[in-house]
Amino acid sequence: MLMAVLAAVAVLLCLGVIAPILASRTAFPWGDPLAHDLVYLGSAAACLIAGGAALAYFLAATSAPLELSLPLGIPWMPAQLRLDALSAWFLLVINLGGLAASIYGKGYGRHVDEPRRVLPFFPAFLAGMNLVPLADDAFTFLLAWEFMSVASWLLVLSNHRQPGNAHAGMIYLVMAAFGGACLLLAFGILAGVNGTYHFADIRAHPPAGWVASIAVALVILGAGSKAGAVPLHAWLPIAHPAAPSHVSALMSGVMTKVALYGLVRVLFDLMGDPAWGWGAVLLVVGAASALYGILSALIEDDLKTILACSTIENVGIVLIGLGLALVFRVNGLAALAALSAGAALLHVFNHALMKTLMFCVAGAVQTATGTRSLERLGGLIHRLPVTAALALAGAAAISALPPFNGFISEWLTFQAVLGSPLLPQWTLRFGVPVVGAVMALAAALAAACFVRVYGIAFLGRPRTAESAAAEDVDPWMRGAMAGLAALCLAVGVLPRAVVVPLGHVVASVVKAPLPSATNGNGFAGWLWLTPLEPSQSSYGGLVVFLAVVVVTVAGAAGVHRLANNRVRRAPPWDCGFPDPQPATQYTGSSFAQPLRRVFGTLVFRAVERVDMPEPGETRPARFDIRLVDPVWTVLYAPLLACVSWVADRANPLQFLTIRRYLSLMFAALVILLSAVALSR
Amino acid sequence: MSAVLAVLLQLVQFALVLLVAPLVTGLARKARSRLLGRRGPLVVQPYRDLAKLLRKEAVMAENASWLYRIAPYLVFALLWLATALVPTFMTRQPLSPAADLIALVGLLASARFVLALAGMDVGTSFGGLGSSREMMIASLAEPAMLLVIFTMAMFVHTTSIPSIVDFVLGRPVGLRVSFALAVISLTMVGIAETGRIPIDNPATHLELTMVHEAMILEYSGRHLALIEAASMLKLVFYLSLIAVVFAPWGIVRADPDLAGLGIALGAWVAKIIAGTLVLSVFEASIAKMRVFRVAEFLGGAFLLGLLGTIFLYVSQAP
Repeated sequence: MLMAVLAAVAVLLCLGVIAPILASRTAFPWGDPLAHDLVYLGSAAACLIAGGAALAYFLAATSAPLELSLPLGIPWMPAQLRLDALSAWFLLVINLGGLAASIYGKGYGRHVDEPRRVLPFFPAFLAGMNLVPLADDAFTFLLAWEFMSVASWLLVLSNHRQPGNAHAGMIYLVMAAFGGACLLLAFGILAGVNGTYHFADIRAHPPAGWVASIAVALVILGAGSKAGAVPLHAWLPIAHPAAPSHVSALMSGVMTKVALYGLVRVLFDLMGDPAWGWGAVLLVVGAASALYGILSALIEDDLKTILACSTIENVGIVLIGLGLALVFRVNGLAALAALSAGAALLHVFNHALMKTLMFCVAGAVQTATGTRSLERLGGLIHRLPVTAALALAGAAAISALPPFNGFISEWLTFQAVLGSPLLPQWTLRFGVPVVGAVMALAAALAAACFVRVYGIAFLGRPRTAESAAAEDVDPWMRGAMAGLAALCLAVGVLPRAVVVPLGHVVASVVKAPLPSATNGNGFAGWLWLTPLEPSQSSYGGLVVFLAVVVVTVAGAAGVHRLANNRVRRAPPWDCGFPDPQPATQYTGSSFAQPLRRVFGTLVFRAVERVDMPEPGETRPARFDIRLVDPVWTVLYAPLLACVSWVADRANPLQFLTIRRYLSLMFAALVILLSAVALSR
Repeated sequence: MSAVLAVLLQLVQFALVLLVAPLVTGLARKARSRLLGRRGPLVVQPYRDLAKLLRKEAVMAENASWLYRIAPYLVFALLWLATALVPTFMTRQPLSPAADLIALVGLLASARFVLALAGMDVGTSFGGLGSSREMMIASLAEPAMLLVIFTMAMFVHTTSIPSIVDFVLGRPVGLRVSFALAVISLTMVGIAETGRIPIDNPATHLELTMVHEAMILEYSGRHLALIEAASMLKLVFYLSLIAVVFAPWGIVRADPDLAGLGIALGAWVAKIIAGTLVLSVFEASIAKMRVFRVAEFLGGAFLLGLLGTIFLYVSQAP
């Protein structure tokens, strides 16, 4: 199984090498379409193999980890690879998203501005993401991590002539470098003075005390910045939308999950006994991300930026789950720790499905209308019937509505929050319900956010000629979206199909069985999902789904038997004054206005200015909104000022003579050696 | 208890809430009118309204999509299901494992999601206005309701309604500050969610103030009948929920006998009537709020819910 994943990675890397050779038009005139088909179909096949291998790992009776040592990398340190339940789970997530994005890309790739800037890096990006969960030593891990970062950075820059994209690439590169540096230092600390980078050695001798806390802080900074946790999220809503849509889908739906994998691997597996403070940090960061992400999503106008902001929210929910798992584990509450970890990992899976779907929808909308701005869309449900129906499923899933999958993981997280009275620490007893309340607020705002997205873009009347004349997208794109939407519903209706393999993962992560996976074997287990005890709480996805269907059908049949069945089409009523101009509809900005007033004045210091001309004046009235992102002004702007101040001061160092450089190096060597001598 | 009887009783439960719902709305209107010194329509007037709407043809806007057509059926089904899942006369029914408080909130959220989308389908300014305000109110009300659920669930260690009933009836709970705060908070949420005064006025069609009515402005005929029935069911949902969680006395928990069922049914009807009358008194004694005051009202409910949770710990402290 490990070999199969490696073979898939090799295929992906080969595709990345072949694609530019084939696509160079001078060499082969027929190379372009061939390279296109080869890359996307080949990537789909590779994802199928790797995902299938991960699935086979769960289906196999033995759950022993598979290990492999490859003579690559530094001479005295072969590359260590390992496939265990945790990496198999994330491989499943990565390759499901990768498969959908590849199939989607087969259709969408033709609409990309410069396909030859995308083709080589798309499979390379997938290969990097597949390698991260396999890595079993710090060197391989960081190599794969950086490979993934650089490949995605190149993809962000594929439309580099678009205004703003170069800036996005710059910010992304800086943040990726920062995150990578943090992880590098963290692994340095984890490896200890003897410098053993093999994960098995780290696991055997984890650091303790304040050293461990520094390592954890660095990992949270490094992995958190990649996952988009507040306050390290600033790059995410800028960089994710800049890439082509199928790549945005991978970055938002899948790459943030790889970052979370890094966090889970270090915090739950490599570190020894956790401290409850680490969990508390995750809880606070998670709650801040959830609320901040969804509030930004509510006021944005660009479809893909909204989705990227919503990713921040969902990463926050996962972090809350992970924080709860740590906190419960420290206090020896095994069942609750398993429940929280299970909820977080299930949300990782669910969010990968629904966010990939929603980014595919955004790509379809952009292909069909040429724009992503909500204010220029409208009425697409008539022009893009299939995409609209699939987008509805995605919007319902991401708003955490039953019977879709998003509800299940959020419901499980809420059930975990309810275990907080058992915690001995008073800070946590009071804090966890507050975190739960913030999460409830975020979930409710998510529904408002996606009503806005769907209602403005797909419903109503078209606001521009382009959206009035849009055509539905090709079968490859629709097929990929349909598959994802079907999975969203299927996981929501039959959660047990996912919860049972998840049980193995949770058992290996928190060393305690997942109650929902072990409870209720047989038929009842498929009907009811029980987080802890059946008498405490249960949710029947299938029951709710069937009940809704039966009651709807019964209601419809009853009404059609009893009621007048005639339908007459007429102009809209609109209280007697229908206005034929589409501009009189509610816009995305006006839809968000009530919530912007309630929350925006506090969080974003939103100021609305209305400039109304006096009667008789002929100039138009003006309305504008000014928003200030607090994280930029409070955190990033001072930091940038500080960095440029230091850079200015250090500038003279670039113009020294060779003598001075040599003496500087010598001084550095003396200082370091004396430091070593003193510390021994 | 035989399986046939269990299924029958479950069907009775579904039929009961549906049949009672218009009566509750009629009673609320009648009582409020009397309190305001008017005579008011007959209590059965909502049945007549629904029958009238069902008889009429449905007029749809030219550009209405399929979503607009299926939304009334979905909303009705989701609310009927949610209301029928709240136990009225007995707690152990075939579908009662689904009566999880958070899942019920989810069902209501689904119904609201569909209806808010349907409001935006035709592309009129009123529809958008209604949907936008409805989602604003909901995004404040839903977390407040979840906090009430947290308060209950942290005390009784369950979110399943039958287990909560068992807990409350099983031992003397006594008066608790947390519960009082939770009742107030849940009532405020219920008032906001069912669109009663002071949040929304179900009897008005004034542009500046309407919320729910603006959203469903385009609907007519059988579609409107279904949406109206759904809002009536929502009122029963909240009354029934408050009754079963905070005052479950009389409800049948074990195998039902005829006398027990009769008492339980009578108790439920009495509780619903009492709740409706209290609601009417409240509605008659308060003025409608500006839309942006709603945030303060529901923010209050949210804080009460949070206080309830915190008081729970304070009272449990050794």
